[in-house]
Amino acid sequence: MLTLYGTEVSSRLLLGTALYPSPAVMAEAVRRSGTEIVTVSLRRETAGGRSGGEFWSLIRSLGVRVLPNTAGCHSVKEAVTTARMAREVFATDWIKLEVIGNHDTLQPDVFGLVEAARILAAEGFQVFPYTTDDLVVAERLVDAGCRLLMPWCAPIGSARGPQNIDALRSLRAHFPDLPLIVDAGIGRPSHAAAVMELGYDAVLLNTAVAKAGDPAAMAAAFAGAIDAGRAAWLAGMLEPRDMAVPSTPVIGQAVFS
Amino acid sequence: MKVLIRGAGVAGLTLAHELAARGAGVTVVERRQGLAGSASWAAGGMLAPWCERESAEEAVLTMGRTAAGWWDAALPGHVIRNGTLVLAPPRDRGELDRFARRTGGHRIVDAAAIEALEPDLAGRFGRALFFAGEAHLDPRLALRALQAKLAVLGVRFAFGYGAVYGPQDADAEADCTGTAARRPGLRAVRGEMLLLRCRDVSLARPVRLLHPRFPVYVVPRADNLFMVGATMVESAATGPVTARSVMELLNAAYALHPAFGEAEIVEAGVGLRPAYPDNLPRVEHEGRRFSVNGLYRHGFLLAPAMVRQAADLIFAHCPKPVEGALS
Repeated sequence: MLTLYGTEVSSRLLLGTALYPSPAVMAEAVRRSGTEIVTVSLRRETAGGRSGGEFWSLIRSLGVRVLPNTAGCHSVKEAVTTARMAREVFATDWIKLEVIGNHDTLQPDVFGLVEAARILAAEGFQVFPYTTDDLVVAERLVDAGCRLLMPWCAPIGSARGPQNIDALRSLRAHFPDLPLIVDAGIGRPSHAAAVMELGYDAVLLNTAVAKAGDPAAMAAAFAGAIDAGRAAWLAGMLEPRDMAVPSTPVIGQAVFS
Repeated sequence: MKVLIRGAGVAGLTLAHELAARGAGVTVVERRQGLAGSASWAAGGMLAPWCERESAEEAVLTMGRTAAGWWDAALPGHVIRNGTLVLAPPRDRGELDRFARRTGGHRIVDAAAIEALEPDLAGRFGRALFFAGEAHLDPRLALRALQAKLAVLGVRFAFGYGAVYGPQDADAEADCTGTAARRPGLRAVRGEMLLLRCRDVSLARPVRLLHPRFPVYVVPRADNLFMVGATMVESAATGPVTARSVMELLNAAYALHPAFGEAEIVEAGVGLRPAYPDNLPRVEHEGRRFSVNGLYRHGFLLAPAMVRQAADLIFAHCPKPVEGALS
């Protein structure tokens, strides 16, 4: 079981709800993925009144926990305001905190992120920070009150997979007991398996599933890869060797000369 | 047989046409003062079933293929059969490959072919997809022409009346009011669009510009007008277009051709697309109350197929002898 701010979940896949061909396809992908947590982005024009209500009631009907996010926020003020609105709309203290620093790469503004995380943690939010793989930033986020981290492995939606394995490894080694969730950059199931084999606790996906030819089937494929990666990490893997080692014992074989 | 239709968007007017053509007496009641303001009024008017298949179900292609023919027959001269050109900026060429994989009915064309199709885009793009079988129309001209034709066919219109108004002796009532209908499962997907006037660019066909985050299309209309659309926001908010949406739509137009930087912004509009959870339209009925709804972003594309179904259903369930045809 994975514990995120006191909540136990058994699925190690978190799924975003944007970009699907239809809400029906999204709902099917959520079912097939086995996820227990979905992320939902809140836009300001949707916050008031009944607008957006149908889409959200559809998400509530999925029977999974909602992790609202501050996607698209470019400043501390915007992100904090969005987080406060999300708390009211979704009645949860969970917030996936994104403060975007670069419009093109969607790279997190880590300075703004730490500042916003401190403000929100002080207000009782349970912050899921979308960050880079930088170790020092990770430490600052923990100082600010974050009890888990969500580093990228590549830019959002880029489908490039882990770009810096050493940085991911180093984060895992420095925070052995903190839940670490790879958020962003995963393109295919082997990428997800690779980060789970590094000992990461979970993976957050959206584009890789939503934009697949068959999103529901892809969700199932990712679920399998994540389970496999986790099981391999727990089982303990061989380290690469420089020389060949025969898997069949040679001692006791008949010698023909 | 007398049928009361609520809503004078593309669903209501096409249904009125289908029923009137089959001999029913039709009254159309619309809560607005005129045709303007509906989701159909803000539509792109692309009859592009192959392109739409990129993100839509197969049914959209199957049903949508007959749309251009229906519009041509109903309103001769309105349908422009010049196909669709799909482009991607150089660094997003992967999107073009993805789009090609997800769709059919296209061929890959090179820079010379792009220039032959759209001379004003010469030298700007090295590769594109050309969907030769697609068409487009101007939704506002089409809706007005349809209304005029219906009036000649004897269809009565009552503008500015809400839900309670209507003749008491109707044999059937059809609700085509889109997001106002509040049917179970129906939601609104907000779309924002711009109408630009640009005298320095001319296009013969809709052009779609692929982008991983903001795919947009530019549809040419008469009088140097271009419709640029459209955002997709899961919201029923009807407030004005946001600054970000305007920026993204203008950016895309500018990426297509820098001359759009000098265009006049004639209109910035908002429409609410009615959609069911599978984003496919439905014809439903309880007794003699019928509903045509959920046309989502495919109003002009799928209305013909849906109103044929609806008319069949209405005649099957209300089989009164047609004594007062066209009355």
